[in-house]
Order: sequence, then structure tokens, then C-alpha cells
Amino acid sequence: MSDYNFAYLDEQTKRMIRRALLKAIAVPGYQVPFASREMPMPYGWGTGGVQVTASTLVPEDVLKVIDQGADDTTNAVSIRRFFEVTAGVETTTEVPVATLIQTRHRVPETPLTEGQIIVYQVPIPEPLRFLEPRETETRKMHSLGEYGLMHVKLYEDIARHGEIATTYAYPARVSSGYVMDPSPIPKFDNPKLDHSPAIQLFGAGREQRIYALPPWTSVQSLDFEDHPFDPSRADGECALCGSKDSYLDEVITDDAGGRMFICSDTDYCARRSEGAA
Amino acid sequence: MYVAVKGGEKAIDEAHAWLAHERRGDPATPVLDTAQIREQLTLSCYRVMAEGSLYDLDLAALAIKQARGDLIEAIFLIRAYRTTLPRFGVSAPIDTSAMLCLRRISATFKDAPGGQLLGPTFDYTHRLLDFTLLANGEAPLKRDERDSLAKGMASQSAEPLARVSDILGNDALLQAEPTGDEAPGDLTREPLEFPADRALRLQSLSRADEGFALSLAYSTQRGYGRNHPFIGELRVGVVEVSMEIPELGFSVVIGEMTVTECETVNQFVGSRKQPAQFTRGYGLTFGHTERKAIAMALLDRALRWEELGEDNVGAPAQDAEFVLSHADNIQATGFLEHIKLPHYVDFQSELELVRRLRAEAGQ
Amino acid sequence: MNPILEVSGITRRYGDRIGCADISFDLYPGEVMGIVGESGSGKSTLLNCLAGELIPDAGRILFDSRAEGVCDLLDLSEMQRRVLSRIELAFVHQNPRDGLRMGVSAGGNVGERLMGVGQRHYGNIREQALSWLERVEIPADRIDDRPSQFSGGMQQRLQIARNLVTSPRLVFMDEPTGGLDVSVQARLLDLLRGLVREMGLSAIVVTHDLAVVRLLADRILVMKSGQVVESGLTDQVLDDPHHPYTQLLVASVLQA
Repeated sequence: MSDYNFAYLDEQTKRMIRRALLKAIAVPGYQVPFASREMPMPYGWGTGGVQVTASTLVPEDVLKVIDQGADDTTNAVSIRRFFEVTAGVETTTEVPVATLIQTRHRVPETPLTEGQIIVYQVPIPEPLRFLEPRETETRKMHSLGEYGLMHVKLYEDIARHGEIATTYAYPARVSSGYVMDPSPIPKFDNPKLDHSPAIQLFGAGREQRIYALPPWTSVQSLDFEDHPFDPSRADGECALCGSKDSYLDEVITDDAGGRMFICSDTDYCARRSEGAA
Repeated sequence: MYVAVKGGEKAIDEAHAWLAHERRGDPATPVLDTAQIREQLTLSCYRVMAEGSLYDLDLAALAIKQARGDLIEAIFLIRAYRTTLPRFGVSAPIDTSAMLCLRRISATFKDAPGGQLLGPTFDYTHRLLDFTLLANGEAPLKRDERDSLAKGMASQSAEPLARVSDILGNDALLQAEPTGDEAPGDLTREPLEFPADRALRLQSLSRADEGFALSLAYSTQRGYGRNHPFIGELRVGVVEVSMEIPELGFSVVIGEMTVTECETVNQFVGSRKQPAQFTRGYGLTFGHTERKAIAMALLDRALRWEELGEDNVGAPAQDAEFVLSHADNIQATGFLEHIKLPHYVDFQSELELVRRLRAEAGQ
Repeated sequence: MNPILEVSGITRRYGDRIGCADISFDLYPGEVMGIVGESGSGKSTLLNCLAGELIPDAGRILFDSRAEGVCDLLDLSEMQRRVLSRIELAFVHQNPRDGLRMGVSAGGNVGERLMGVGQRHYGNIREQALSWLERVEIPADRIDDRPSQFSGGMQQRLQIARNLVTSPRLVFMDEPTGGLDVSVQARLLDLLRGLVREMGLSAIVVTHDLAVVRLLADRILVMKSGQVVESGLTDQVLDDPHHPYTQLLVASVLQA
């Protein structure tokens, strides 16, 4: 693998991606088309995030990779290894130590700080996609700010279920401008995007789109005045660290229906347990 | 601790070791040499090159070996490798009229200048399993068969052949294609945006999944965007690739490659003021990949409905956004298979919702 | 009183064939204009030019908008045009499928325009949707059903409610009763007439059905081969047609 360039991608490609990133930062929430490359992992497994990370990474970086909140799920391991080999950067599981965090489906519980970059893996960047399949039409809707249809979907949820039934990839409006898909994070994590001190970058490889939130950007989850956004989570506390505020995974403990809840964020949980011990 | 949280690293290592073991198969059988794949499974190599968008038979053979014969996985390996290659420049357009043909047929004429050259085709074979091959035996050709084949091969590839479409085009029976020096877009360097022009559509189709292209093209034949194609000409052969070297100020041949080209002649358009004329669909693919080239030509023609003033009958093959967005098997397989990745965080949030809704409904 | 719509010189060709040629007329607030003619007469081409679905080759369409004052619809940017279409203009299609979201509930269909103009209170949106369903005689308990579960007449009434909920100034209607049974047609016409009067709507109705214009339209344009051959007050034109083509139209209805 040592024959490959730093972080795999050649410098030309990195420059192209960095230009897209700069544009994305300049127009928060706008989906910038970019010429996504084939990567050695499949589309849908984080190629967008990997390309963004590869183009952002410098040798001094300390990298953390998570999937479902955990550092040692298989895909997180695979991506972390990829950068250990191709970039030789230091890696960590601890949020405060990391300078760059690539994530799939979660935002860490530990608040991010200024100077950190978080890279989200995005499968479908278009929040309007399942309401309108055509790219030509959704781009027009974004450019004209036609988001009525998005609320029709929320209206239908309430009419049918009595509440908004979107639980992850919950759409949000960026600085009163573009509506964005926050990637398939649980809606519990949406408030963490709002006014975050970190740079937040979103990469969708297969769909060839990059978008971004500069630090301290307003990100408001869509809702109705009389049905306000509710970042709910499972009721209960972590069986390992006792946290009552973190997002919990349900773990089946036996085949008699026994179960327990534990933090989905393994780093947060481990550090709390250590602190308590 | 429970297993799913820890042990990811070890599990991956062991899975990879097992995969390597399975790839090798029974050690009592001889190791498969990539030269054998290149020489004896050449058509697999051609497909991998065509859809991998990289012309290198040896790498294609290596990819097939490494992928245990899974061609989409092999294409994937080639695409990922292609990403790392620096681009030195752009070749001159290849000239398929100057092709030295292994095979050239036309379905629109009984004969054409230069003749119908069947070449190495399965077309008229009887699809009977040949158990001699199972026994690892190859019946050698008889001397006169060998002589005749050698003579035929030599004569077939000696001279370029006139193109059937040029013959029709000379009488303006076939609609001329627009010419120009404008460099076509490059979907490996620019994101695909819609509407996509014909050059981009052709690029996308040329590396499209063979199965997807085949089935969609077939759907046009069954009436979903029917365009009455005839194979004007199908040719397979070797062309030179040349490149302008700025320091030299002229083109230099940098190599040659085998390609398949298909031109279809389709239903004519015409009106009182515009005399009737045949239109065409075009397919060009790396290697000897004629099923793909024909499918490509049918799809190209179906996607041209707008410029040719035809009705959009709502057929899938007429919808460029649909066809191009779903034609790439590396994109498709990646996204399809990604649902094997853990999704338990999202599932957990759905679980909470469903429980709550059921509890509320029960009250 | 100023006209709400001043149309002048609208021309649209399809290659060598003329769709409609040099059409001019004024429409005043609260007035309903009927455009009649057989198929191929150019009436649908004209309507589509006015409603922004087709771009005419020549002409002007001055619209007196609430938001911007008098403006030429053909000079507006797509954004301005879409905003106007959401608030001040409406289009009732012949086929309800073209004007409804078939996968969205009746309430959602009516509410979409309200949400499109920024309403964000679920309870209020639902209340307005209910009140509109009542006005178009759709039972309140059907509010969460999808239009695909409705009869043709009900779908058409839902399309009307969806269009009128933001109180547009000008409504375009393309054969609003086409494709419906005669008894259903009569009821729909009654409803439309009531709404037009009550809301003081200005409307342009394209139809081949003289009964529709007689009931709804104050004035009519008779079109043939892309030209207006006769125009005037509805009753006058229908009772005393001057142009031979109008005479033929009127006579053919009487025979039927």
C-alpha cells in the first residue's frame, strides 16, 4: 500500500474535492456536485466521507472513526485501518483528542470544540428525494426555496400517527436557507448540529455531492408550531455507565426477551465508566 | 461485555484469512495462473475492462482471480485502482474505420464490401456441453482445418473495411451525425448532471452494467420505447491509439486495443418537407463485448427521442435520468450491499416510535 | 376599474402550424371568460400560454398582482412566477390526477399551498382544510383519505379546494367538467358558480361544452384555427351568433 499517495487520493483529486468543500462552506447546506472517485470500499459504505477525510487530512491530524457511535464496529475498523495504512496518521477513540472525526449515523455525545472537523457519511444527500425522485426538479425546488412539500410529509405523519414519524435523517433548515439532510443520524442528534463550534462536512460519494456547515451555523429541525421538534430517545439509563442523557442501544441479552440498554457512543461510555471507577 | 461491541478488528482479520483460503480452493488443484485467465477466460477479462473503464488485460485477469470470479467485484477492483492513476493526457479519438476487423457483420445487407466476416463467434454454435473439455482434453485441429483457419485469420485482419453506415450516409439515407471539435464532457472527472448530452450518455452507457443495459434494451424491443433497430454494422477488431505529444508536435501511436462497435439503423423520421431518413444508435465498448455494444446502441437510440422529435411514451429506456442514474453496477452494488452494514442506531429510533405509537393506540 | 389581465398579441406556433395567432382581450376583476371551440381550435394552446405552461412566440400578458402591481407574466423570473402561482394564480386541470398529489391525503392536498406560503401551525392548516372540504361538499371524515379512494367528481372538487385555499385572484380552468358523468357535471358546475360569485373570482374557462360557458361565463371568445372569430357577452353571442362557425357550434348543441 505504501506505493499510494498520502491518504490514497492523488493531489489533483484532493484539490478538486477541496474546491467543492470551500464552496460548500461558503454556501451552507447547498449540495455541491463533485466528481466522486471510485474508492477501494463500496459506494454506500462511506466513500463520500472517506474522500472528504482524505482531502482534509494532514499528517499532524489525529483521526477518530465511528459507525453507529462505536469505534470498533467493523466498518469503522475498516475505514480507520485504511487511513492508518495510506496516511500513517495517528488514530484515537477519544473525542477530545481527535482533530478529525469521520462518522456514520451518530454525532458524539461529547461536545465538539473549535478547530475540530467532523465528516459525515451520507447515503442520500437530497432531503426531498423521497418526495420527488428527479434531481432536475429537486435542484429547482432548492433554488426557489419551495419547501412546502417537505411540510406536507410532516403533515401527513401527524394526520396518520398523531406525531411526526421521522426518527432519523430528520430534515433541518440551515440559516433559514437551504433544507438539508443531516445524514441518517437519529433525530436525537439533530440539536448537536445547531451552532456547533466544529466544522461539519458531509460527503455523499455515490450521489456525488458535498455539503457543509461552517462553525456556529444555525440548524433548525423542521416542525410545526403546535407540534414542535422532539429529539426523543429510549427511556432508561445505560447499564454500563449509568448515563441518563446519552443515546441508547438496546441489547438483547438472552433468548427469553431479556434486554438492557447501553450507550451507543462507546467512547463516551468508556470514559464515564473510567471516571466513575 | 457483549460480542457485538468488541472484537470488530479480530473478526475482520479472520474473515479475510478465510476469504483467502476459499479463494485458493482445494490446494490439491493447481494454482490458477492469471495468464490462463487472460488467454482462456478472455471474454470475462473484456467485460471487466469495459465496465472497469481501464484497458489492461493482465490487470483484468488479476482482478478476476482476486475476486474469485465475481465479475462485479473484479470491476470494482479495477475502478478503485483506476482512481489512483495520474492522468497524463488525452488520446486522439480512435478511428474505428481503420479497424482491423476480427469480425464484421451487417444485418441490413446480404453482403457488404469486404464481406460478412463471422470471426470467432458463438452465434452459430450448438449450445451443447462439450464433455471433452470436462475431461481436460482439447481435440487438436486437423492439419487442413489449421491451415484454413490461419489463412482466414490472416486475410480477415489485413485491410480496413468500409463502414456500412458510410455507404448509407453517402446517399443521405442515414441521418448524419453532428460533427465538431468540442471536447466531450468526462464523467470520470466531472459529476454527472442533467440533462446530460449525448457524449455523456454514451460514456455512461459504455461502462454501464451489461445486465442492466441488456434488460433495458430488451424492454425497448418489447414495446417500451420501441425504435425498430437493425444492426447496420457490428465490428470487432483492433484499433490504434495515438496521442499528440506537444513537444513533438505530432501524434504518436502509443498502443492498440480491441474494441466492439455497433451501429444500428432505426426507424426513419420524416415529414412533407423533410425527406424520410434512417436514424442511428451507437455503441462502442472495450474488448470483444458485443452483447453490451448492441444494447448500448439500442439505449442510445431510445434516449434520443427528444432531439428526433419523437413522443415520450414514458418508457424507462427513454428516461435519461433513470437510465444513467442506475446504470453503474459499482454504484448499484455498493448501495445495495451497504444495507448489510449495521443500522441499529436508526433501527432503535424506529423501534422507539413504533412502541410509542402502539402504546398510544392501546390506550 | 382596471383590468386584472390584459392580453395582447399572443401568438404561438408549432413549427409551421399555428397554435394561436395574435389573441388580445381584457379580463376585469370578478369576471369569468369562457373560451370555446372544437379541439385543435387553439383554445388549450392559449390557456397554456396564459398559465405559463407554454411560452408564446409573441405577445404580452399584463397581470394586476396583489404583491407586485401590474407586471408582464412573460417577463417574470421563474422564481417570481412560481411565487405568483402559489398565491395569486390557480390552475384546475381537466384530469384531477394532473392537479392533485395522489399519494397524499385530501387534507395534505389542500394544505400544501398553505404550507408553501409559510404556514406552520398544524391545527390551523387542518382547520382551513376541513372548512374547504366542507365548502366543496366532501365529508369531513374523508380528510385523511387519499384522492385515489375518491370518485371522479370528488377528486375534481378536491382539486378545486386545493387551488382556491389561498384565495387566488385568477383561476385558469381547462375543461373542468370534462370526463365526468352528466349528473356529476351539473353538481360541479353549480358548486363552481357558487364559489366564483362568493369569492369574486376572476377566471378563464376553456371548454368545448357550451352549457358550461352559459352557466359560468360572463363573456366568451369563440376560437377557430387559432383565431378568435367572435367575442362578446355570453348570452348575446349564444342567442344571436354572427359568425358562421359560432352558428354551427350553437346549432350542433341544439340538435344534440
